[in-house]
Amino acid sequence: MKKTGLKTNDLILQTITKIVLFIVIIFSFHLFFAGHNAPGGGFIGGLITSGAIVLLLIAFDVKTVKSILPINYVKVAAFGLLIAILSGIGSFLFGVPFLSHTHGHVHIPLLGDTHLATAVIFDLGVYFVVVGVTMTIIQTIGETE
Amino acid sequence: MTFLHWAILFPFLFAFMVPFLYKTFRKIHTGWFVLPLPICLFIFFLQFLPGVKYKEGIVQTVKWIPSLGIDFAVYVDGLSLLFALLITGIGSLVVLYSIYYLSKEKEQLNAFYVYLLMFMGAMLGVVLTDNTIVLYTFWEITSFSSFLLIGYWHYRERSRYGALKSMLITVFGGLSMLGGFILLYIMTGTFSIRETIAQSSSIADNGLFIPALILLLLGAFTKSAQFPFYIWLPDAMEAPTPVSAYLHSATMVKAGIYLVARFTPVFAGSAEWFWIVSLFGIFTLFWGSFHAVKQTDLKAMLAFSTVSQLGMIMSLLGVGSAALLFDHFEFYSVAILAAIFHLINHATFKGSLFMVAGIVDHETGTRDIRKLGGLMSLMPITFTIGLIGAFSMAGLPPFNGFLSKEMFFTGMIRVLNMDVFQTETWGFLLPVLAWIGSIFTFIYSMMFVFKTFSGKLQLENLPKKPHEAPIGMLIPPIVLASLVVIFGFFPNLLAYSLIEPAMKSVMPSLLKDGEHFHIHISHWHGFTAEFWMTVGVVILGIFLYLTASKWKRVYDLQPKRMTLNQLYDHSLKTAGKTSNRLTSFYMTGFIRDYLVYIFAFMIMAVGATMIIKQSISFAADDAAPVGIYELILSIVMIAGSITAVLARSRLTAIIALSSVGYSLALFFVLFRAPDLALTQLVIETVSTALFLLAFYFLPELQKKDKTRRFRLVNFIISAGVGGIVTLLAISASSERTGKTIAEYFLETSYSLGGGYNVVNVILVDFRGFDTLFEITVLAIAALAVYSMIRLRTGGKDVEENGFKNE
Repeated sequence: MKKTGLKTNDLILQTITKIVLFIVIIFSFHLFFAGHNAPGGGFIGGLITSGAIVLLLIAFDVKTVKSILPINYVKVAAFGLLIAILSGIGSFLFGVPFLSHTHGHVHIPLLGDTHLATAVIFDLGVYFVVVGVTMTIIQTIGETE
Repeated sequence: MTFLHWAILFPFLFAFMVPFLYKTFRKIHTGWFVLPLPICLFIFFLQFLPGVKYKEGIVQTVKWIPSLGIDFAVYVDGLSLLFALLITGIGSLVVLYSIYYLSKEKEQLNAFYVYLLMFMGAMLGVVLTDNTIVLYTFWEITSFSSFLLIGYWHYRERSRYGALKSMLITVFGGLSMLGGFILLYIMTGTFSIRETIAQSSSIADNGLFIPALILLLLGAFTKSAQFPFYIWLPDAMEAPTPVSAYLHSATMVKAGIYLVARFTPVFAGSAEWFWIVSLFGIFTLFWGSFHAVKQTDLKAMLAFSTVSQLGMIMSLLGVGSAALLFDHFEFYSVAILAAIFHLINHATFKGSLFMVAGIVDHETGTRDIRKLGGLMSLMPITFTIGLIGAFSMAGLPPFNGFLSKEMFFTGMIRVLNMDVFQTETWGFLLPVLAWIGSIFTFIYSMMFVFKTFSGKLQLENLPKKPHEAPIGMLIPPIVLASLVVIFGFFPNLLAYSLIEPAMKSVMPSLLKDGEHFHIHISHWHGFTAEFWMTVGVVILGIFLYLTASKWKRVYDLQPKRMTLNQLYDHSLKTAGKTSNRLTSFYMTGFIRDYLVYIFAFMIMAVGATMIIKQSISFAADDAAPVGIYELILSIVMIAGSITAVLARSRLTAIIALSSVGYSLALFFVLFRAPDLALTQLVIETVSTALFLLAFYFLPELQKKDKTRRFRLVNFIISAGVGGIVTLLAISASSERTGKTIAEYFLETSYSLGGGYNVVNVILVDFRGFDTLFEITVLAIAALAVYSMIRLRTGGKDVEENGFKNE
């Protein structure tokens, strides 16, 4: 991130990043989906996803990462909030109080009998907000000199 | 809403029209449009005269705030009718006078008449309402419109000073009065004055009776310019003369008189009421007339004269209140009769005198009696009016002032016959002060008329060439002066139509049904004590008037620094300075100091509560056994905290702090909170990185590593906070009662929430609402960081970052 006169070559770092990045992201997805039954959830999943992106930022620089992931993180956070609120409003459709969740077994063609909970939608909102927030803060601070 | 309600509201409604009339008809003086209104109201109120003579008053009620018992109740009896007639009658004359007094080219007439009409409506409301809260509302509108009228020439510094002074003093009194009304309400349970009067016998022993009495009198004394609150009245003379004539002689200053008269049935019979009202009144009479003599400005002289005459009416009301205690009340109620009669007389002659002063000012350009003189031949009509007014004020026959002065002496002498409230010891003060005050009244009345109109004409000192005033300006004072003469010659004209009903409403309990007060006012009643007192007043007055230049040095005896005005100015200044100093003493602008206040308060509040409630306890029964890991981690955390506090370099402090954070994460692991441990680890990393970043960007100058200086206060405060919180935590956990709801969550986590991770199920399902707002907090923080940094850089890298040009 810091501009120096000397051009350094971060070959090892960049190569390892390319491999580790996916592992980290998959781990974060795992944490997110496992959250309901095992330690994890939207919050920690989101944090780890942004950790992966931060790794990318360290290995490359802000501009490169921005060209790879042309994402406006403020909008991501807003999107997450929207999902969370909508998941709460959705319970009005069934005539129950705000943010009432339910769960049940659903038969999905490929996966077979799956246990699903509507709370996951809310958790997804949390996930996006956390990613959006951490990335907004880090990117904003990183861009200033 | 009856027509009676509308009569009060008409002036307000008409005030809305005035600016339009002013803008539309620039050629015609706006006053001509206003004039019919008070005349019509006067005629309207005249219709009630036969009514109040024979019957009880007329009550008409309109609901305003029924749930609080506040109604717009209008009550017409003798007293309120007398005031309503004064307000509308003198109001008409003043409007007529103002048409000639204020130039339509130079003055902001629309503003003037709006204020005047507001005042008139409010004053009618004060005297006609039966509800104390409504009375208070109108009372404050009179203060407010009086403020606007005094400051009418707002570009003058003195006007603004006078307006502010009268506002502060009368609003102080108004608020006290509100307090009195509320106390009365607490005692009686009603806001209605008549119902309060009906219950008056039952409240006399109440503990709130005396506070209510004092608060109410504060309101009356400030409004009616009694000692020591009279100081606003002379400064209010900066108002245009019609305003002074209307507000500050005939109507507003009598609102306090009205209040005292109206509440006499409630409070009369108590020694406090008798002594406070009479003594303050009589002293105001003396003080006002004594100081009127030294004035050189005509209006200032009249202002002090008003103060003194109001004191006289007030003292009469006080003395008259004792009549309730006697069987042969007719003998003592003469004081009330004198008060009411003098109220009318004062309105007539003082109104005309103010108008005379205004004419002199208008035609010569000055009101200074040192410059005036010899206007008799130039302004014969004005002189005649002035002479009548001044002689009436001095109490000379055959004018009406003479009659009320005689009755005043009668009332005061009869105090000597009373044997209540220790009148035998201090009662003699009343007639003595009354007599001395009357002598000074005589002197300044003579000065007013003779210094202005007789003597040598000093043309070179006068800014304008004097000549007689236009006829329109003369009509109102002529009307008033002829009333002075008519009431002088035919004093019984009003006796049973207006004065007797008014007396009846001041002292309703004295009369049985169908009974009447016996009123006979006559010029001659033999060689009585009153007669000799008047003779003494005249002889001594003439003597002192002629030798005035010799004894005027008496006034220098009072040091300039000791006056009440000085006291007022000084206390106002001191109040400002002191509060300024007080504020800057503790509002230092350093967050450090505010934190000391906050923490010190917390220590004291929590500590004191715990000690008072004796809630410090320590119970180790439920305590879990301490393992070796916990011990090691605790030592690491303590070491980290101490390092962070004592570290010389900031970098060390940051690292030490994050070591504490990671140990905390390990604690979470130990205490089996995997979600917390995960989150704590990541968040600790992020915050350490942010700390390092902030540290990295510190300005070079401040970067010098140095130990924090040791401050004893900070040490004590931090030790106190630590101790208190520790005590609180230990006591709270050892005092724990009841079961936690954790069992419920553990049991129903899967059946209701569909997950085995209880923490997560609580976060997203059981307590999802909290989480919703926590992520909102996060989003706000992100936006704040984003906008703070972007705004600081002034948006110069807008093109680069691509955020905004999407």
